[in-house]
Amino acid sequence: MDVLVTGISRNLGARLAARLAEHPEIGRVVGVDTMPPNEELQAILGDRVEVITGDIRTVMATVATRDAETVVHLGVMSTPGRAGRAAMKEYNIIGTMQLLAACQAAPGLRKVVVRSSTAAYGASFRDPAVFTESMPPTLMPRGGFAKDIIEIEGYVRGFARRRPDVTTTVLRFAPFLGATADTTLTRLFSLPVVPTVFGRDPRLQFVHMDDALEVLTRAVVEDHPGTFNVAGPGVLLLSQAVRRAGRIGLPVVEFGMSAFAGFVRASRLGLDFTHDQLDLFVHGRVVDVSRLIEEFGFTPRSTEEVFAEFVAARSHRTAGGLPAVRPDALLAYESQILDGIRAVRSAAGAGVNALRSTAALMKNGLR
Amino acid sequence: MSEPRRKATGRASPKPAAKATAKPGKETAKPAPRATQKPAAKETAKLADGRRVRAARTNGAATASARVNAATQAGRRSRTNGAAAGSRRVAASPMDTLVESTAVPVTGPAARNGARPVADQPIADQPVTDRQITDREAAPGQAAGQETGGRQPDVWDERVASALAFLRRRLTGDFEVDEFGFDPELTEATIYPLLRALYRKYFRVETTGVENLPVDGPALIVANHSGTLPVDALMLTVAVHDETPNHRYLRLLGADLVFRIPIVSEFSRKFGTTLACNADAERLLRQGEYVGVFPEGFKGVGKPYRERYRLQRFGRGGFVAAALRTGTPIVPAAIVGAEEIYPLIGNIKPLAKALGVPYIPITPLFPWFGPLGVIPLPSKWLIAFCKPIDTANYDGDPEDPLVVFNLADEVRETIQQTLHELLQRRPDPFG
Repeated sequence: MDVLVTGISRNLGARLAARLAEHPEIGRVVGVDTMPPNEELQAILGDRVEVITGDIRTVMATVATRDAETVVHLGVMSTPGRAGRAAMKEYNIIGTMQLLAACQAAPGLRKVVVRSSTAAYGASFRDPAVFTESMPPTLMPRGGFAKDIIEIEGYVRGFARRRPDVTTTVLRFAPFLGATADTTLTRLFSLPVVPTVFGRDPRLQFVHMDDALEVLTRAVVEDHPGTFNVAGPGVLLLSQAVRRAGRIGLPVVEFGMSAFAGFVRASRLGLDFTHDQLDLFVHGRVVDVSRLIEEFGFTPRSTEEVFAEFVAARSHRTAGGLPAVRPDALLAYESQILDGIRAVRSAAGAGVNALRSTAALMKNGLR
Repeated sequence: MSEPRRKATGRASPKPAAKATAKPGKETAKPAPRATQKPAAKETAKLADGRRVRAARTNGAATASARVNAATQAGRRSRTNGAAAGSRRVAASPMDTLVESTAVPVTGPAARNGARPVADQPIADQPVTDRQITDREAAPGQAAGQETGGRQPDVWDERVASALAFLRRRLTGDFEVDEFGFDPELTEATIYPLLRALYRKYFRVETTGVENLPVDGPALIVANHSGTLPVDALMLTVAVHDETPNHRYLRLLGADLVFRIPIVSEFSRKFGTTLACNADAERLLRQGEYVGVFPEGFKGVGKPYRERYRLQRFGRGGFVAAALRTGTPIVPAAIVGAEEIYPLIGNIKPLAKALGVPYIPITPLFPWFGPLGVIPLPSKWLIAFCKPIDTANYDGDPEDPLVVFNLADEVRETIQQTLHELLQRRPDPFG
């Protein structure tokens, strides 16, 4: 079985391609993208994955020329980065359209797996607490990524209608976290002071990078048509996450948030603080993963576990800054304070007790 | 999945244990079995109160001296039990068993030394299992019960210890919230004591018909809404939590306005409220929770004072559909007293429109007295839970609007009727 992976020069694409190349049931793995992978990813890929780069149209057309059986579409940018929003939109939307057009013309194609995101649900105050796959976004999201995702899913649905013989799987991933993940969120939690929104404490969900790869692999090797949420069960509040990471939250008023985001972007901290992130930090988003667990027979690590692992991995190579708030230090302080209070109280109590027992003795003696 | 586990943690919060051991009289002190710890704790406390009353009535110096004796012994005992309580808080390691064995003996210094080294262990990262909490909570209670036969452990020490531990858990993020963002620990530690004071002392709420709520499993509690600010919703929460034998939480459904406002949205979720939509209601009901809903919405809470106790039109009746789809009993509830807390005599409509809120109230105290306007008038409250309406065997399609409206009307009529009955029982709104 030959697999074509788009977005090979991106973190997720390279890691999945490398993983698929080692899978016994999978034959050739071809990776395509508009630019070549960097050295780190090249090292992961090794020489078992053939990488084709070029302009988006020719690259996506490779599907037809290579006669791939399975296409895994991971070529989706979640933040504009240095390329800018226009380039991001081009990559996401035009890339997907080209790919699906090529897919439709490929007779040997059996399966399409598309990386989507829970951003497809948007984030607003009118959201239900937990989204299932069948729920549409309550309000049209204003974030570029969310808009792209919704559009991409629309094209994929159209494709699935036109090619019912192809197994189409759409995987809506929660934000990635883990030792190997490198996203705006991971960078955000590595800052000594994490910006939060004043008066808001969103519920967040994460998925471990390895679990995401596992689900993608299963989607390639097995047959799971449909749309699935992929997230760690359970939730973490942003405030909770900040504290567990030993960071300090810096509440910013919602009003000034856009300006703040612009400032952060301009400050070249490597942070793309977009509307997607902003709305997520205001309203949060939680999805139901029971469909995934039932269909794939696989339960991702819980959001709590994922975050704990991330914190542990980060603390090795932490990005300087303020000393983190350490739980064990707090515990030590707590017992110190408690002992102090006890000492004071027992000293005071001894005096009172002595008085009381004398009084009792006198009373008994009188009787 | 994590639901029952989380609840267990909530239950295991320090308070019940403190209550249980707070006033064990001489003949009490059967250690309550863990499963029913909280209700049992309450009974013990009540029992102790009852006995105190009786003791006061029996005359003579004997009681007085006995009391003094008890006090002295309690004083002497305090340090040991305090240390035990302290170790209980911090221990969460294999050392656990060791601590318990050192904490139980009555010898003061030994127990204290036993507790020390554990506190210095960097053990915060290790998960504290419920089993461990249970053991640790139960152990000192038993010890106190068996050995001392009714001497008081140091209440204040326990309080300080649990407050510090609470603070630490908050600072390190070491707590759990469910997928709706409900934080039982925070709720019980912060807002409930406040609301309870309002409930008992200020509004002197009398609640009847709690037996109409199913002990286990879900229920949809439908109540009338009034009072300009939704204080009635909060009081209903306290009524459900404090009056039910197993101290259930009421999960409220709030209007989307609630989730649009900063701070309010944050704490609403933390205190168990979620958005009033069918998806959330049904999800909560399927998880076996009590769900509280006010179908009148803003029409009820923002109605003028002259229309008090006149139920407004119910909304789309989505709550009925949710109950029918999940087969949950509907428990109508009538709340009397909320109408008088902020009598709404006017509405600044243009300002409300400009701010995008349903109304800007004019009450006897607002806006004339500024922030003082939020002080509610001390009306006398009555809450009644009516007979549940069984929906599991109800013959009707939840998608059929006629079925939904009929059932909604039935609920509405029940509440209206109960309101009248309650009003007759309460001749004076402030009496």
